Amino acid sequence: MVFDKKHLLGIEPLSQDDILSILDLADQYVTLNRRANKHADALAGMTQINMFFENSTRTQASFELAGKRLGADVMNMSMQTSSIKKGETLIDTALTINAMQPDLLVVRHPSSGAVNLLAEKVNCSVINAGDGSHEHPTQALLDALTIRRAKGRLHRLSIAICGDIAHSRVARSNIMLLGKMENRIRLIGPKTLMPAGIRDFGVEVFGDMRQGLKDVDVVMMLRLQKERMDGGFIPSEREFYHRYGLDLEKLGHASPDAIVMHPGPMNRGVEIDGTLADDINRSVIQEQVEMGVAVRMAVMDLLVRGLRAPTRAEVTA
Amino acid sequence: MSNITLVNARLIDPEQGQVINGSVVVAAGKIAEILLDGTTSKPAAKGKIVDCGGMYLAPGIVDIGVKIGEPGERHKESFRTAGRAAAAGGVTTMVIRADTIPVVDTPEILAFVLNRAREECAVRVHAMAALTKGRHGAEMTEIGFLLDAGAVAFSDGDAVSTNPKALARAFSYACDLGALVISHPQDPGLSAGTAVTSGKFATKLGLPGVSPMAERMGLERDLALVEMTGVRYHADQITTAASLPALARAKAAGLDVTAGVSIHHLTLNEFDVADYRTFFKVKPPLRSEDDRQASVAALSDGLIDIISSMHTPQDEESKRLPYVEAASGAVALETLLPTALRLVHAGQIELPQLFRALSLNPARRLGLPGGRLAVGAPADLVLFDAGAPFVLDRSQLQSKSKNTPFDGQRMEGRVLATFVAGKEIYQRKKLP
Repeated sequence: MVFDKKHLLGIEPLSQDDILSILDLADQYVTLNRRANKHADALAGMTQINMFFENSTRTQASFELAGKRLGADVMNMSMQTSSIKKGETLIDTALTINAMQPDLLVVRHPSSGAVNLLAEKVNCSVINAGDGSHEHPTQALLDALTIRRAKGRLHRLSIAICGDIAHSRVARSNIMLLGKMENRIRLIGPKTLMPAGIRDFGVEVFGDMRQGLKDVDVVMMLRLQKERMDGGFIPSEREFYHRYGLDLEKLGHASPDAIVMHPGPMNRGVEIDGTLADDINRSVIQEQVEMGVAVRMAVMDLLVRGLRAPTRAEVTA
Repeated sequence: MSNITLVNARLIDPEQGQVINGSVVVAAGKIAEILLDGTTSKPAAKGKIVDCGGMYLAPGIVDIGVKIGEPGERHKESFRTAGRAAAAGGVTTMVIRADTIPVVDTPEILAFVLNRAREECAVRVHAMAALTKGRHGAEMTEIGFLLDAGAVAFSDGDAVSTNPKALARAFSYACDLGALVISHPQDPGLSAGTAVTSGKFATKLGLPGVSPMAERMGLERDLALVEMTGVRYHADQITTAASLPALARAKAAGLDVTAGVSIHHLTLNEFDVADYRTFFKVKPPLRSEDDRQASVAALSDGLIDIISSMHTPQDEESKRLPYVEAASGAVALETLLPTALRLVHAGQIELPQLFRALSLNPARRLGLPGGRLAVGAPADLVLFDAGAPFVLDRSQLQSKSKNTPFDGQRMEGRVLATFVAGKEIYQRKKLP
């Protein structure tokens, strides 16, 4: 099995084997990350640039730590305050950064497809750290790793994804990944937060949370994407919490050993009960964060292996 | 003007709905005589004789809704480049849009664009004027003055008014003067901020989608206002199955209503956007395959009357952006006929019927004399080889902007020569 991708722009182009390669390697990095000396040298001497066109603390920190633990020189660029404001186009920014010879670009952008566009213009590997409502592949991979470690497998599970599906790139990437791994996916939320044509993705859709949660193995909550909404998707946060917020009573309809996940940051009391989120017997939210660093290390390691591999010309020379 | 006789042609007559072998004699810029092969009369071969080599000769295309970058965006398209593109595409009459910068909403600006057209274009050019000032949908333009200055129709293009009262007044006033109103049927609220048609594909790409129902809502509103005011009305683009029953009802009720469709919505669907290809971003967005087929069927039934290129030049900079931010529109003057011929080759429409939609119907709707292959009609003609295969290379386009969605695609059918008032204004290669 060879992981031969140059970029990680989404889950869509990945095969089952690709996904398993990433998760297997990530398991090793989890072990490394729990040691006192967390250094590896997969990215030694390489340059990683994090370009975040949209605010992020957690994801950016996770990528930065992953790169540093692998020995890369990591630079963070906060793009909202930079040349974009001066009118530079995304492509010009990409070309400018490209000229500085980075090996890895980690990009988050508020516009769907923007990372694909940027990846066309640069020579290095590009990792999509979230683009609009399109994909957030490393989040889906870290969720998969968390599920696999908690449940012992990543197939034939019944998984509920709840809340704001319409605006969520996390939901899209997870639907794609969990579908590829042959799980049963249930989407739960009000119709206003379900994107059009979602049933064609091979999922079951529920408007009633208790019905939707019945006997599921995994409950994945989503954040209400207030910043992506142009108004009027739900009547109020308190009604949303009443109908779709996860609390112990609603969780009682799931399988007794169901785990609770949330990609963060949480709106406590809007989509999830605060006590439940902190319950270490049910919630794996902190593990998700831990797996995030390991999965990102694995992804970067695998991508640069392709960069480091000798080209055909070098082999024949 | 010297006479010319086009012999050995396959003549497409959209009025009679037939294709016949014969010759066309042109005198004084008009079709003077049509001679059928096999009849004994010799061509009154005065002047130059052009052997068409058995190729198709049809009335030149009358294209409603061409965007030219003058005034305001001449870096995207000028009258000169658009005129050349039209000639190369067999378009003998361009009906240009008012959505320029500034908007064509006064007789002075209208006079400017018509002058520029006269200076630069070998094809005929007629202009639309805005229906409301600045295309803001609030106050009507000087419809009377603009009519006197030569406006052939009134349209705010894709700037859909959110003020039905203002629109009703503009429609009433236009009705009084017998003016034709061209509207973009789209509910402005439902379509705000969207870039693609909603559905599985939009969801997969994470792009904001508009329900096809927004078109029907826009059309139903317009048709109610047409019923109320009696104005002559043309919907620029009907692209969804959901709109068709409303259109059929209005026509059956005897309202003076016609409808068009863009060539892109007849030949492409939403999946062509693929990996955020912004050259496929048009307004309204490309539809599902079901909707595309419904549009083709409606065209073939005559429910949809007119095919337009909706030629919209955009420079690279405005297209090389993330999909939502990228500009809408595609150039199509030169690809209109080759792509329309796809429908013929697919057996979905006959050639005479195609030229009803491309030439006869738009000319009739605007009250122009062209669009016909008949004695006395202007000798605006296109000669084409319906079977000539080629691969489209966008760098070869005459348009200043090269934003065609068909780059690298295989085409079948190519314009050989274009005549306006009997004068050859374009020739692909030396005729034998």
